[in-house]
Amino acid sequence: MTIQETQREIIEEFSLFEDWMQRYEYMIELGKSLPLIPEEFKTDDNIIKGCQSKVWVHAALDQDKLQFSADSDAIITKGIIAILIRAFSNQHPKDILDANTDFIDEIGLKEHLSPTRANGLVSMIKQIKLYAIAFQTQLN
Amino acid sequence: MTYKTLDIQKIRSDFPILQREVNGQPLVYFDNAATSQTPQQVINVIVDYYSQYNANIHRGVHSLSQEATDAYEQARQKVQQHFNAAKAHEIILTSGTTHSINIIASGYASLLKAGDELLVSAMEHHSNIVPWQMLCEKTGAILKVIPMTQQGTLEMNTYDTLLNEKTKLVFVNHVSNALGTVNPIEEIITKAHAVGAKVLIDGAQAAPHIKADVQALDIDYYVTSAHKLCGPTGVGMLYGKEDLLNSLPPYQGGGEMIAEVTFKKTTYADLPHKFEAGTPNIAGGIAFGAALDYMNAIGFDAIAAYEQELLDYGTAQLKAVDGVAIYGEAKEKTAVISFNVKGIHPYDIGSILDKMGIAVRTGHHCAQPIMDYYQIPGTVRASFSFYNTKEEINLMIAALKRAMAMLQ
Repeated sequence: MTIQETQREIIEEFSLFEDWMQRYEYMIELGKSLPLIPEEFKTDDNIIKGCQSKVWVHAALDQDKLQFSADSDAIITKGIIAILIRAFSNQHPKDILDANTDFIDEIGLKEHLSPTRANGLVSMIKQIKLYAIAFQTQLN
Repeated sequence: MTYKTLDIQKIRSDFPILQREVNGQPLVYFDNAATSQTPQQVINVIVDYYSQYNANIHRGVHSLSQEATDAYEQARQKVQQHFNAAKAHEIILTSGTTHSINIIASGYASLLKAGDELLVSAMEHHSNIVPWQMLCEKTGAILKVIPMTQQGTLEMNTYDTLLNEKTKLVFVNHVSNALGTVNPIEEIITKAHAVGAKVLIDGAQAAPHIKADVQALDIDYYVTSAHKLCGPTGVGMLYGKEDLLNSLPPYQGGGEMIAEVTFKKTTYADLPHKFEAGTPNIAGGIAFGAALDYMNAIGFDAIAAYEQELLDYGTAQLKAVDGVAIYGEAKEKTAVISFNVKGIHPYDIGSILDKMGIAVRTGHHCAQPIMDYYQIPGTVRASFSFYNTKEEINLMIAALKRAMAMLQ
């Protein structure tokens, strides 16, 4: 599935929710259920310190596709990470570089991606793109 | 506009923003420690300035400039009277607390030598830590920390042992922004003066709740921001004793702060203009005066008594919620409650409360050393003002319980 296809699928899923509570409950479920990063990668090297919450992100190349794992100490942040990983992980670096994150606005979670929110998510997306650039160079 | 007793509904009707909804819910504004809301009376003063007498001050011969200058200087006098400074020129109007602290920190660069000691409390806002660290880097002075207790009070015994003849400056907040603790500034000042040290009191959090008398307390420097006391952002004050301010070099060079300029030498203007280079926030300064008028008309004793009631009620309600831990339980506190719920990150609580129209602050509140002390990533902070109500606290508690049910 391409990044765009996954994003469309996520938008469709979220369109079934009737209000913010259902959206948040779903995100909290996602945040709770997923072991998103192996403990060995939860290191200071992989940390992004937001003013509000911390985010850990790690990337590895598997064949020609990038695998991301990430985590956060805040559950809602972690839920959004789960959605971002679903969209961007297991994709070619070039496709990751070309993709955007507008779908987060469409599923009503825009405020969490505000740079002023300082929850580490904006830096995480930047980090995902940086990894993509680095591994793209490696593949060339 | 005199309030015999606090008529909360009348007071609330003064604040247009309190009538609005957030995320489809009536706004419950509990982030007063970050900034207070602005009453219509103060908004009117800003509108009136720009619609009637907007002009640059202290230099025009024309009528508008004179009117603006008079209003601005009248505001300075209101600030002087409010804090009971001996002279109006001991009040420097600044862009806010951070600016005020930086004026002093920068001025001391020429007065300190390597090995001099500065004392800071463990519960300061970053704005009362970083300028002094920069000063120490420049001068070789040493920054020492007055530690805090689990309860959120200062270890005064350790303070005694830290003070010595090398101590040049002590800077402490009157009230902690993250914990609400009211610090014993009278004792801190008396003891510092006994070894010849000067004291800067950061009044950003205290000024909305406690009227500080700078002469009675023998305060050397007192700083605060207008936006914490129903005034606009971008304006604040620095009080300094006349002789101390005279001994400090100017902070910024520019217009307004000079007596005479030639390319050989410039002589500086007298206080307060020496520290007021450039065109100030004129409307803001005038509105600062109006904000003090507004709060004084209600009365600080009435405000303090009512806010204490809110604090006691809020604390009791929160303590009754299973899993809630409150940080900062000093006997003397302003209406600030910093708390966490066991096993839940403050960001998650804050995000869900916001969805229900409740504005609280989450995070480290620019006071990371306090969070490190308690070994927590941050807290949820509810801070009340005199326009808040117990009904709003009930709404927060109900919303908190819903958030906990979702998150646990």
